[in-house]
Amino acid sequence: MTDTPRTLYEKIFDAHVVERRDDGTCLVYIDRHLVHEVTSPQAFEALRMAGRKVRRPDLTLAVPDHNLPTTARRDDAGNRIPIADPASAQQLAALEANAPAFGIRYIGDADAEQGIVHVVGPEQGFSLPGATIVCGDSHTASHGGLGALAFGIGTSEVEHVLATQTLLLKRSRTMEVRVEGDLAPGVTAKDVVMHIIGVTGTAGGTGHVVEYRGKVFEDMSIESRLTVCNMEIEGGARAGLIAPDEKTFAYLKGRQMAPKGADWDKALAWWKTLPTDEGAVFDKSVVIDAADIQPTVTWGTSPEDTVAITGRVPDPASFADPSKQAAAQASLDYMGLEPGMKMTDIEVQNVFIGSCTNSRIEDLRAAAAVLKGRRKAANVTWAIVVPGSGLVKLQAEAEGLDKIFTDAGLEWREPGCSACLGMNPDKVPAGERCASTSNRNFVGRQGPGARTHLVSPAMAAAAAVTGRLTDVRALDAVETEPA
Amino acid sequence: MDKIDRIEGRAIPFGAKNVDTDVIIPARWLKTITREGLGEGAFETVRAKDGNVFDDPRFEGAPILIAGDNFGCGSSREHAAWALLDMGITAVIAPSFSDIFSGNAFKNGILTVALPQAQIERLLDVAETDEIAIDLEHCTVTTPFQDRFTFEIDPFRRHCLLEGLDEVGLTMERQDAISAYEAKAAGDLSFLSGPREVAA
Repeated sequence: MTDTPRTLYEKIFDAHVVERRDDGTCLVYIDRHLVHEVTSPQAFEALRMAGRKVRRPDLTLAVPDHNLPTTARRDDAGNRIPIADPASAQQLAALEANAPAFGIRYIGDADAEQGIVHVVGPEQGFSLPGATIVCGDSHTASHGGLGALAFGIGTSEVEHVLATQTLLLKRSRTMEVRVEGDLAPGVTAKDVVMHIIGVTGTAGGTGHVVEYRGKVFEDMSIESRLTVCNMEIEGGARAGLIAPDEKTFAYLKGRQMAPKGADWDKALAWWKTLPTDEGAVFDKSVVIDAADIQPTVTWGTSPEDTVAITGRVPDPASFADPSKQAAAQASLDYMGLEPGMKMTDIEVQNVFIGSCTNSRIEDLRAAAAVLKGRRKAANVTWAIVVPGSGLVKLQAEAEGLDKIFTDAGLEWREPGCSACLGMNPDKVPAGERCASTSNRNFVGRQGPGARTHLVSPAMAAAAAVTGRLTDVRALDAVETEPA
Repeated sequence: MDKIDRIEGRAIPFGAKNVDTDVIIPARWLKTITREGLGEGAFETVRAKDGNVFDDPRFEGAPILIAGDNFGCGSSREHAAWALLDMGITAVIAPSFSDIFSGNAFKNGILTVALPQAQIERLLDVAETDEIAIDLEHCTVTTPFQDRFTFEIDPFRRHCLLEGLDEVGLTMERQDAISAYEAKAAGDLSFLSGPREVAA
């Protein structure tokens, strides 16, 4: 069996099988478990009721992120500012109590390391290549950017992992998404992954684990790879991976929780054996030419509703599938758009730069590069920049990025999930539009009635400047146009 | 967990495609620390519209939901399954389901039945006036009009649902195998066996 060429995914899966049953179901060992406040309270409660403990608290890390307000958390005297929403406060208090009660390391709201779990894991070196990583959050797919097998789980599975450090899984089918060639200037990882989802659809990867291959991904930085894998779940696959390489190793070396000394050398030797073997077969393959990818935006209420910024709102009648026609019409009604409108004519009142998709230092640098020396448009009434973690925040401040944002009229916030989803005070008002660097443009995702257009950080910054969706590559020209 | 054998009754002919978990249960309802009471927020945005199927008296207490392709896509929130259960729904029939949702549904004793689109169309039609029956023992969906559709389900999941087995309890019985894996991994994959800072 070891002679059969295997994919990266198959190698990681096989290395973690505790037991294989006759029907192909495997008990699979989990190396890293990230826990946040929303999907864990019922799991801890179930453990308590059954008198069970956490099998490997040392492999578990708890970080609050979804509910935390992104405004100041301490007053000038250093005292905690109470959270206004009692339900949010209760959920956060539950995690703060459950973590020590079960012996789990907890990074709290006042710690510099706090942030969105999917930013914190890689940043701390908690997430590693070849590891199985889970979290009660679908965007766990992010960690695949390091060459880990990482996927989101539900609360019952959170309980299962806490109690047994394993999950019952079947080997998924494999899918290769190959993007060949070179990206055009101004095209980012976010554009790449949105374009891919536009091609494959939101169910294109269902039942599969995706491996991203080709020069485009090899050329990408680690942070860009995390962005691509983060959104794989929008393409239907629970996990997306990119083979670890020298860039991955350089990124991880010396990080707080990464292996050290002889362990590092041993890890490195194993990680180098992980990339997909020559001759390994994928069950499904999608090939995309990098030259076809432009800065991409969404027009509808599904992440597959993508179009190049140079394009127009589609006519629902243009879709072959009748159910897609109906869905497209419903999307346009919700979004308040007419078929044929130029995407660059769509005005936005809100701009959100943040989320586990785009809140790392590279994202903030890209947005700041566009905003430097510019001001947000008058019709943009709410524009916030939310770093993915306290460490990203400190780094950005050391580079003076916060000053660029505030000089441009944007707000600089504390780390958390923020306006990606309506669980904390950061929401987009009903009927208003938001150019958002998050991952989901679902109905009501950013608040009841909110209209989301997904974009890259540079494109969000350009939209802030002009007050409408804008091709960042043409920003200079747009600014000198007569009004 | 309750044993499931046969689910019979009215079915809500929802039919929508790509129903995401934000539609099933919006984020503002996720702040609970229990599993109960989420039915109130289920399909909130759909129910805001007059004439929606969920508030149609014909489907009050219906145990079955019929939907379109890719049901349950989006977030991993198990609250989506809890919300359906709280509404009294114990089976969802659709052409396909998101992987995470179908796992969550199964772990809460909700049966997900995948059938081809043409059969879904027929069931949506029947559901307007009549009851539908799902037989897990024989893996069939039937109507009073002699329709008989068979479906496939993972044998392990079927067994667990029929017997009402709890997966955590089953795995807890495999402690020895897990310990044996850990002992081996502590050698071969020692660098994965614990974040250094914590283990030191």
